[in-house]
Amino acid sequence: MSDQAVSLSAPSGAGHADASGPSGPKPRHIFSRRNIFLYGTLIVAALYYLLPLYVMIVTSLKGMPEIRLGNIFSPPLEITFEPWVKAWSTACTGLNCDGLSRGFWNSVRITVPSVILSIAIASVNGYALANWRFKGADTFFIILIVGAFIPYQVMIYPIVIILREIGLYGSLSGLVIVHSIFGMPILTLLFRNYFTSMPEELFRAARVDGAGFWGIYLRIMLPMSLPIFVVAVILQVTGIWNDFLFGVVYTRPDTYPMTVQLNNIVNSVQGVKEYNVNMAATILTGLVPLVIYFISGRLFVRGIAAGAVKG
Amino acid sequence: MAEIANPSVSIQNVSLNYGAVSVLQTLNLDIADGEFIVLLGPSGCGKSTLLNCIAGLLDISKGRIFIKGKNVTWEEPKDRGIGMVFQSYALYPQMTVEKNLSFGLRVAGLPKDEIAKRIARAAEILQIEPLLQRKPSALSGGQRQRVAIGRALVRDVDVFLFDEPLSNLDAKLRSELRVEIKLLHRRLQNTMIYVTHDQIEAMTLADRIAVMKGGVIQQLDAPQTIYNRPVNRFVAGFLGSPAMNFIEGQLQAGDVGAFTTDGVSIPLDRYEFDKDRGSAGMPCVFGIRPEHVAFGDAAKAMPFTAESAVEIVEPMGSDTLVWTKLGGRNFSFRVEAEKTLRTGDPIRIGFDPARASLFDTQSGNRL
Amino acid sequence: MSKSERPSRLFRNLNAKVASIPMILTALVVFVGGTAWTVLYSFTNSKLLPRLNFVGLDQYYRLWATPRWLVSIENLLIYGVISLVFSLVIGFILAALLDQKIRFEDTFRTIFLYPFALSFIVTGLVWQWLLNPDFGIQGVIRNLGWTSFAFDPLYNSSIVIYGISIAALWQGTGLIMCLMLAGLRGIDEDIWKAARVDGIPMWKTYLFIIIPMMRPVFITTLVIIASGIVKVYDLVVAQTSGGPGIASEVPAKYVYDYMFFAQNLGQGFAASTMMLLSVMIVIVPWAYLEFGGRKRV
Repeated sequence: MSDQAVSLSAPSGAGHADASGPSGPKPRHIFSRRNIFLYGTLIVAALYYLLPLYVMIVTSLKGMPEIRLGNIFSPPLEITFEPWVKAWSTACTGLNCDGLSRGFWNSVRITVPSVILSIAIASVNGYALANWRFKGADTFFIILIVGAFIPYQVMIYPIVIILREIGLYGSLSGLVIVHSIFGMPILTLLFRNYFTSMPEELFRAARVDGAGFWGIYLRIMLPMSLPIFVVAVILQVTGIWNDFLFGVVYTRPDTYPMTVQLNNIVNSVQGVKEYNVNMAATILTGLVPLVIYFISGRLFVRGIAAGAVKG
Repeated sequence: MAEIANPSVSIQNVSLNYGAVSVLQTLNLDIADGEFIVLLGPSGCGKSTLLNCIAGLLDISKGRIFIKGKNVTWEEPKDRGIGMVFQSYALYPQMTVEKNLSFGLRVAGLPKDEIAKRIARAAEILQIEPLLQRKPSALSGGQRQRVAIGRALVRDVDVFLFDEPLSNLDAKLRSELRVEIKLLHRRLQNTMIYVTHDQIEAMTLADRIAVMKGGVIQQLDAPQTIYNRPVNRFVAGFLGSPAMNFIEGQLQAGDVGAFTTDGVSIPLDRYEFDKDRGSAGMPCVFGIRPEHVAFGDAAKAMPFTAESAVEIVEPMGSDTLVWTKLGGRNFSFRVEAEKTLRTGDPIRIGFDPARASLFDTQSGNRL
Repeated sequence: MSKSERPSRLFRNLNAKVASIPMILTALVVFVGGTAWTVLYSFTNSKLLPRLNFVGLDQYYRLWATPRWLVSIENLLIYGVISLVFSLVIGFILAALLDQKIRFEDTFRTIFLYPFALSFIVTGLVWQWLLNPDFGIQGVIRNLGWTSFAFDPLYNSSIVIYGISIAALWQGTGLIMCLMLAGLRGIDEDIWKAARVDGIPMWKTYLFIIIPMMRPVFITTLVIIASGIVKVYDLVVAQTSGGPGIASEVPAKYVYDYMFFAQNLGQGFAASTMMLLSVMIVIVPWAYLEFGGRKRV
């Protein structure tokens, strides 16, 4: 930036204007009106988005007396982890007083098999739709995609009946099946589009080499589609962990997932409200998807952009 | 090179860096009024970047840009008196052709009748009158590019900038529009700066070509000069299809001087050396274009002749490219399409070293 | 894999058909079958258990005569309009700001999007706390000396739905911003250059050139937001449980409560059929526009 023009007087008239006048980059001020507006707006917006997270954290680190006194925005005078311990291990829902840990492990036991099963089904499905089209396949696929927009409320009761008939109503396995069903539209779409975008020649070459349906899937498609599997896992873990409706409909109090248990703890009408414990419990519940979000970064964005159809 | 008295566009010591990466290196270029300049080079050579700098779409790091004698280095694109045509046409897809042409003018607040007059003129010149009420999506590639040119035309400016305008079109359309652009230039007599990687476009359109590589103008001259007397090996190799033959060897001292390589000695008494005459024993590269090589009886009359055999014959329609060996290296020459040569035929080839180019191996510069 | 005789049509491509069984079952049994079942039983007087005792449109008459349902619909409309307008506007503005080649773009994007990773339950509970009249925003401002300051949407039945909308916008605008940003990034750079050469100011470029070019993105986003609006349930449960009174009830909650608490299945089915109908009003025209032209998806 050494040879910026010193003289700002414009060269007069036409002809050869030589060594004077503007030269080099147009000077830009860090504090130009544009930048103040741009970054000002962004920072205000960012503060708005960060505020609830901040309040959650500081509240969970305060003692109840301090909360009653003051201001939710002030940082804790005395940091205590008591609320966290209580939220995890002794908070009560109804008669159970073993904290959120029960819900946490229920959620793990729901999420892990649901994610595996739903992705296994959907990836094979998407593969069949992309490479092994059969008559009518597209019709089922369209029904599936349109079905993704049907409000769940329309289908929850028939599913209750089906699960009751096969003896899985109220069990974790039943909920796993439900998650696999409702994860199917978006995941199938995701995998179908991904496999369709892979070069057709690859598939043809493998067929010429004598590989069949499962051989091509396992040895060619699967190893080449790691990124989309990661996207699918992110999408499913977040979605299933955050689910409330299916948890509350298809499980019983002792198998409630974390979100349902959290809501019961916080919104229970009995006893004194312990806001710090509530906030600690809330953070604990949000922690799993948040950690996934912050680790996965751009992949998460890709996942939600794809998963957005789910609404 | 003659100094241009009143340049239409003058680029003075312009550099552009992105951090440590230097995209343009202290460029100087004066373009005369009404001149058609082509910036030619491989992708990544900085030709489009330079055009964007002239347009004001990119900030330069150092130097000045003058258009019509006015220092526009800090001016907004709209105030520079330029019109620009893009590779992807960049038409506003939701507007009709007429709206596309008039939008900028309406924003600038020009009176209605003036806008109508300018659109009518542009439409007449480009023969797009029947298309005015259509949307770009209903136009063919060639028509779209015509509208894009029209959008530059209605701005009523002195300098036109073209950023690879034809490279999205198929070969046939490309040659048609090439002729149209040339006619347009003849009619308007505007200054035009045209970026392309297509050497045929460059050769056919340009008054002068600036061959660029690595952010530096390698050679700036009339097309024929660039073709016949390339200043370095890069320019020699970049222009011409089929490409120039290159043979590596040494410079031999002596009264006349000669170029030698594996058992071949080419006399250089007819070769017109540049300022740098080189020194004896210096490694250098001898280059000769395929169409400057004669064969058979015609070869006998040439100052240099050699015996060889046909290796591969590539018929190209209008003529035929024949591959043989000279000094142990692949060597190609052009013959008329009617000549029937077959692999293995013994042949005599010859050429006039006056039409050749000689480059220093180390620097690549012409000797 | 070589087959000597021509296999019957059914068994051709058998593996693919076997692999598609879950999809076919889901599509036919759950989506088509389940929906048809619910619609069918909405015409019965099922109470605790589903029974095929048809009563015509009785359930619907009763539904539209129930104050709680009317409140739910009204809330859904208000919530819907607010969600649509504000998430489109805020999402687009944030995306446009992030598209200005700014520093720390990734940081800002991460901040705007993180609420979307959280569940509606977590969102609802946080905002319940922030909007707590004694300790939340209202309490803080009153403590600063402005003692008459009132901002207690969750305890004021006339504005409670706006309190829920604030939380929903906090959670969801990041997604809209991401979709919009992807749309903006998909726009040919040359269009911007052409507009600059033409001397069109930035806001006019957005308004007259970029936004019209992004019409497909807007339509898809609109459908996404709209289908999310109808489903709103967990947020209300967590934030207000439908209160105060019935002031923040929504249709999805009405359905759930009638099916699983009030033991009035027929009402629940009728209400859920109404939800289906409202979604169809949005989806069918969109699907027709999107896929109507070409047969293959």
